Amino acid sequence: MSRRGAAAVVLWLGFLLACLWVLAGARYTADLSAFLPRTPTEDQQLLIDQLRSGVASRLILLGIEGGDPQARIRASRELASRLRADRRFVYIANGETSTLERDRELLLAHRYLLSPAMTSERFTVEGLRAAIQQSVDLLAGSAGLVTKALLPRDPTGELLQLLAQLETGHRPAQTDGVWVSRDGRRALLLARTRAEGSDTDGQAEAVAAIREAFRQGSAPPLRLDLTGPGPFSVAARAAIKGQVLYLSGLGSLIIVLLLLGVYRSAQALVLGLLPVVSGALGGAAAVAAGFGVVHGVTLGFGAALIGEAVDYSIYLLVQSQSAPGLPGEPHGQRVPAFWPTIRIGVLTSVIGFASLLFSGFPGLAQLGLYAIAGLVTAALVTRFVLPSLLPRGLRVRDLTALGTWLQGGVAQAGRLRWLVLALVVAACAVLLSKRDQLWSRELAALSPVPPADQALDASLRADLGAPDVRYLVVVTRPGEEAALAASEQVADVLRRLQAEGLMEGFEGPSTYLPSQATQRRRLAGLPPEAELRLRFSEAIAGLPLRPERFEPFFADVARAREQAPLSPADVQGSFLGQALDALLWPAAGRWTALLPLRLAAGRDLDAPRLRTALADAGLPGVHVIDVKGESDRLYQGYLRQAIALSLAGLGGILVLLLVVTRSPARVLRILAPLVAAVAVVAAALALAGQPLTILHLVGMLLVVAVGSNYALFFDRGAAEGGIPPRVMASLLIAATTTLAGFGVLGLSSVPVLNAIGSTVGPGAILALTFSAVLAQHTAEGTCQGT
Amino acid sequence: MNPARRRWIPWPLAAVLGLGLWGAAAPGAAPWTLDQLMGTLAGTARGTAAFTETKYISLLEYPVQSSGELRFVPPARLEKRTLSPQPETLILDGDVLSVERPSQDSAQRPARPQVLRLQDYPEVAGMVESIRATLAGDRAALERVYRLSLEGGRERWSLMLTPLDGRVARIIERIRIEGSGGEVLRVEIIQRDGDRSVMDVRGVPR
Repeated sequence: MSRRGAAAVVLWLGFLLACLWVLAGARYTADLSAFLPRTPTEDQQLLIDQLRSGVASRLILLGIEGGDPQARIRASRELASRLRADRRFVYIANGETSTLERDRELLLAHRYLLSPAMTSERFTVEGLRAAIQQSVDLLAGSAGLVTKALLPRDPTGELLQLLAQLETGHRPAQTDGVWVSRDGRRALLLARTRAEGSDTDGQAEAVAAIREAFRQGSAPPLRLDLTGPGPFSVAARAAIKGQVLYLSGLGSLIIVLLLLGVYRSAQALVLGLLPVVSGALGGAAAVAAGFGVVHGVTLGFGAALIGEAVDYSIYLLVQSQSAPGLPGEPHGQRVPAFWPTIRIGVLTSVIGFASLLFSGFPGLAQLGLYAIAGLVTAALVTRFVLPSLLPRGLRVRDLTALGTWLQGGVAQAGRLRWLVLALVVAACAVLLSKRDQLWSRELAALSPVPPADQALDASLRADLGAPDVRYLVVVTRPGEEAALAASEQVADVLRRLQAEGLMEGFEGPSTYLPSQATQRRRLAGLPPEAELRLRFSEAIAGLPLRPERFEPFFADVARAREQAPLSPADVQGSFLGQALDALLWPAAGRWTALLPLRLAAGRDLDAPRLRTALADAGLPGVHVIDVKGESDRLYQGYLRQAIALSLAGLGGILVLLLVVTRSPARVLRILAPLVAAVAVVAAALALAGQPLTILHLVGMLLVVAVGSNYALFFDRGAAEGGIPPRVMASLLIAATTTLAGFGVLGLSSVPVLNAIGSTVGPGAILALTFSAVLAQHTAEGTCQGT
Repeated sequence: MNPARRRWIPWPLAAVLGLGLWGAAAPGAAPWTLDQLMGTLAGTARGTAAFTETKYISLLEYPVQSSGELRFVPPARLEKRTLSPQPETLILDGDVLSVERPSQDSAQRPARPQVLRLQDYPEVAGMVESIRATLAGDRAALERVYRLSLEGGRERWSLMLTPLDGRVARIIERIRIEGSGGEVLRVEIIQRDGDRSVMDVRGVPR
């Protein structure tokens, strides 16, 4: 081994150790983070905060099915009591002794501070009369039996007003005090985790805790369904992890068997895989070092890149192999003539993928970095390390025969160029006719959640009346009280718009705790006892009330007048506190208040009208967020950007080839088969009804990157008067390994992996075929020169 | 019709038919049992009737009155639509009891039906169930919650329901339902605290 070779090997081993060290300390994730922008706008940041840590992100929906109704109800009670004792959950609800009931005393004692009906007119003679009249009317109604008992304390019905306000939205049906679905076939529970939605480890713990508690408290045939952002990201991570292992295992197995069949040498096989392993480690380590966190999708993509990285060692081992019967050449001379072609191929790929580095979509940037680092590492190891490691006299099977046979085929392939041309024209026609529905416009297209689980989630949500919140109003202010007060002003605007039918309803922090100012104003509206007695007797004139029964009312009002306004700290631990925590929280030195809007199913919000109304009210720093619309816009932004960047990458490749070949005609010949392959694959996907996503675009870029190697070999063959048989054989083997590596990804149920696999696998084979067919055009007559 | 064919009716059948006619034609002559009452109610009670309800409440100097419509759709749906003084719709359907009142407070909230959930108040549910189960002639459902005793005959009967125990018994002393044949004419609810309500039903729910 030469000194230079030895130095390269040492460097390489050091590099591998460094990669392993970086990877050991890296974080792995499978959540939405790969799909969220790196440099968000203010609105986007609010959206991201919601997706990562908002109330909705911490909600888990539980359904108990199977068995008989009584068993389900018992299981629900058992599960709820176990989980309520678990610190990992902030809140567990299954309908039992409603939390409102438990906090009744708190509400009753502070009803004059909390009741929304406590306007300044409420305790005037007129206000009292109207409120009391209403309570008397209520006595005549069916609920009179219940409201009667409280009348001496609360003749104005403030507690009922308060309860009505807190009872926002729909409540599930009940059997024996436990929530059940409308058809009665499942018991329902709702849990809120302490861990944020983006904390997949925390969510995994919560999911495991729920499953364990269920297992302890019930037996088959009862079964538990879990949905919600947390369980979904846990399941997605498990699915991605499982599929990355399984698919990369399957891909590797196919490649190993193929190479073993080709090389007929285990030694050659192991050596040939060294650049691949180095590339995979290098790519992952680069992502870990560059991003701090490695996304599961990146690893899945990396598994497929094995099929591409192995090409370099195939070229080395197959092409540079000495002729049979002759003694092995010295290692120094094993640097083969194909290297310049590979160098251009690698550079082409690097330029193509470099464009992805500039993407605002971290998922794409990770893929770009992984591909660049992985391919460069594999190429460098093949070029500088592998030759030194090849033992003297290593024999791999001579593929000259296969190559010669292929040459014959290629010589005939030229006749097919009209077929290729027709295919490309047809593809372009398909793409043109479908250009409007070619690209998927929804972020959900990338969602790793299977449709069956999404349907289950939707049905649980409908049963629980916990709709997926789509529209939010978000207010930020420097302090907690300021945010609360501002949310109250927003609520005033919303209430007016609700009356105009813009929405069904909304809730906000002030639904649960009014601002200090509002509470003080309400207190100020309570008259001193003597005054109150006067007004009361005037107010009930003509009403059938017996005034002597209302002493408890005067006592309560007198007590209320001594009260200080409730602060968020005072309601901690109660239902009010839990609700408030979910809608008002500090972040980065400021306080954020959230007002989720409720709309009838299938209706869209007239957001401009809402924004105008908020602006007219003179409320700055208030944002209206359409969660779905905003994420779809985000995704469309990525898509537009990715298309622009890919075109830029293509432009870069064009410039590189022009510089290297100094011949526009040659550049055209190199790129034509690649563009044709991309067009045909895209048209096939469109015909299959598959809307193209951002990951299909990455796949197309990869087709160009991989295919450029093939095209360059054919181009060189044309320039040098024909492609040697072994080169021909190595190209076929290289394309086959690429098909194996990416083709298995096409089996994946994770949409992002499937998209890449189903694009690159067929694309690579098409690129090779088209290169052979179209190259013939110029190489005709010279090809047999070898 | 050929009169000769009448002869073909065998006498035992004629006797049975005759007996039935006799039973129907001579009310009060035979003892009127709970099962007979339930059977009669189960066959007849359905449709809409008007009601007037008077509540005698000790907090109030004089009783409050409400009126509206009762509608019973066998076997399990009872609607009580109060029209005055405050519109309100109470529906017991299967196991679900809901009360809807149009929001009274239009300054504070827009007019949106306000649903009072009475699932948390089994005493109210028990009370409404007593009416529904009686109309449905469902003796088993009544006996789950009440001890039953029947007085009078077919022409004028009075069914007394005494709560067995539980939350219903904490509020309700007894419920008396009066009627004639398959008609329910009056429902009187006497509460533990002495307050009571009397609901008069006009027109058969048929």
